[in-house]
Amino acid sequence: MAHYQPPAQGKASQLLDVIVLVILTVGALFVPLWLGMAGAAKSVATPVANPTWETLGQNEAQSAKYEALGYTPETAHDLILARFDYSFSITALLAMIAVILLYYFLILRFSEVEYREVISEKFGE
Amino acid sequence: MSSVDITSKTMDGMGPHGTKVGLLRVLGPAHVWALGVGIVLVGEYMGWNFAVGKGGAYAALIACWFAGILYSCVAMIDSEVTSTVASAGGQYTQAKHIIGPLMAFNVGLYLVFAYTMLEAANAITAGYLFYVVAQMTGHAGDLDQRPFIILVIMFLAWLNYRGVLATLTFNLVITAIAFVAILVLFLSTSGILGTGIMDHAALFEGHELPYGWIGVLAAMHFGLWYYLGIEGTTQAAEEVRSPARALPFGTLAGIMTLLIAATLTWYICSGVLPWEFLGDGVNGSVAPLFDTARLSGSTALVWLLGFGTLFATLASANGCINDASRAWFAMGRDKYLPGWFGAVHPKYRTPYRAIVFLVPIALIFALGAPLDQVITFSILSGLLGYTFMPLNIILFRRKWPLETIKRGYEHPFHPIPAITLLTLCAVTFFAVFLGYGTQLVAMIGFYIVVSLWFHFWRYRFVNRGAQFTMPWPKPRGY
Repeated sequence: MAHYQPPAQGKASQLLDVIVLVILTVGALFVPLWLGMAGAAKSVATPVANPTWETLGQNEAQSAKYEALGYTPETAHDLILARFDYSFSITALLAMIAVILLYYFLILRFSEVEYREVISEKFGE
Repeated sequence: MSSVDITSKTMDGMGPHGTKVGLLRVLGPAHVWALGVGIVLVGEYMGWNFAVGKGGAYAALIACWFAGILYSCVAMIDSEVTSTVASAGGQYTQAKHIIGPLMAFNVGLYLVFAYTMLEAANAITAGYLFYVVAQMTGHAGDLDQRPFIILVIMFLAWLNYRGVLATLTFNLVITAIAFVAILVLFLSTSGILGTGIMDHAALFEGHELPYGWIGVLAAMHFGLWYYLGIEGTTQAAEEVRSPARALPFGTLAGIMTLLIAATLTWYICSGVLPWEFLGDGVNGSVAPLFDTARLSGSTALVWLLGFGTLFATLASANGCINDASRAWFAMGRDKYLPGWFGAVHPKYRTPYRAIVFLVPIALIFALGAPLDQVITFSILSGLLGYTFMPLNIILFRRKWPLETIKRGYEHPFHPIPAITLLTLCAVTFFAVFLGYGTQLVAMIGFYIVVSLWFHFWRYRFVNRGAQFTMPWPKPRGY
């Protein structure tokens, strides 16, 4: 294989490459945050009016720990009763699996093409 | 046996690309241990407790042990491959030689983002710690945590800029103190020394598995946090005196240390703190070991665990800056990123441009995103990296069987660790999907876009044959 001679990259082009990467990186985390779609928020399904340690489901030892931490039944209400919702749709799960498989297929396929060039140039045909 | 012996000490040199100024070879096995454990130990001081919130205390223990198996596989596989790849970049350099450039580019980004996000999480925790100490010492009103977050990141970046030996020696000392603090807390609260305050049975009563078994699966998401970053030991490959000996020894000693620390941490905290409080790392227990010390009634323990938490966060952030900058530097040196990043400081012999460049990136995330989101971003990048490792070792053994390259360490029972690791990664992807599916898809979307950008644009600036820097024979099948 003929030796590949990469083109020289100008400073402006290098800077542009860095800016593109930074924008994509920040976007990957912050766009879901800005759209309010990131993370699993807990919620209280059945609030308890005038809560006591008993109505919050806490035994003596548990309520003693909360009191030692500075909580009252009122201030601990949301902390104790909030739960995640783990329900999900099979379609969403299959979509996620497809995205992951597509991603690995893509990088392994392109990597193999690039790798053969590398080996060919390094060791000769 | 082949005449190619990558483990030979005589092959230790400067930069593998013939650069005149290379990274300095000054580190020993203890520094490798300090780098690995130093990055991870903060995971016992904060963050792991989100696993309790996802499934309850027992679920967090099961996740702790299954994640321990996952990371034991990571450590074994990594130790074998890295004992033959004595070059900065760790798994990035492994991928470049074993799978191909695009995989390597992705792995490099996994490393940079996993460590930079972990660094941001550490800085957030350090800021919180200063806030709590201010409250405990009588400060009235809210203390602005942001100056402390900025100060932590800037100070540690400066330390990394000045030299790797001082950086990792500093890590060795503060990591050892943080580990000893966990042991002292265990001895003091379990009743071995003095009166015990643990009451597991009463605290678990009625809340054994609050979400059932799906909560156990969900807990695997944050179960990774107990150990995330141990694979960073490989980043020191170009700066250790004897890579073939120091890297496997430091990495395997590190994972053993962490298995002990993680189990002790779960035992201590779940026996003292109610699970709902322990499992909420934002509104409840941000620093569980520190909170446990507060309930012990001992001022000495509060101070010890306060310093332990601070030291663990500093050690972790310090190691993260070290590792992220090495991966970024290695990609710059290969022109996967602008070559400007591939420079070594002429006096301090550190990748100083990569170190400085990543400072504002860490600050953006530390100051602009909540802790659980930052941790999830770090975990996702780590998880993608762990999924790459089974493929990496299977292809490594196929392309260069044992008789073709001498390894400093050969991991046993191949391919069982690779299959186990892949299975546990699949379980963890599902766990992440249960709570953070949108982020998972957004992140993989990001990696697909940057992969296309690399393949169709960036790769034209890369020398083809020059990427292969190891003195290995031609791979089989090519």
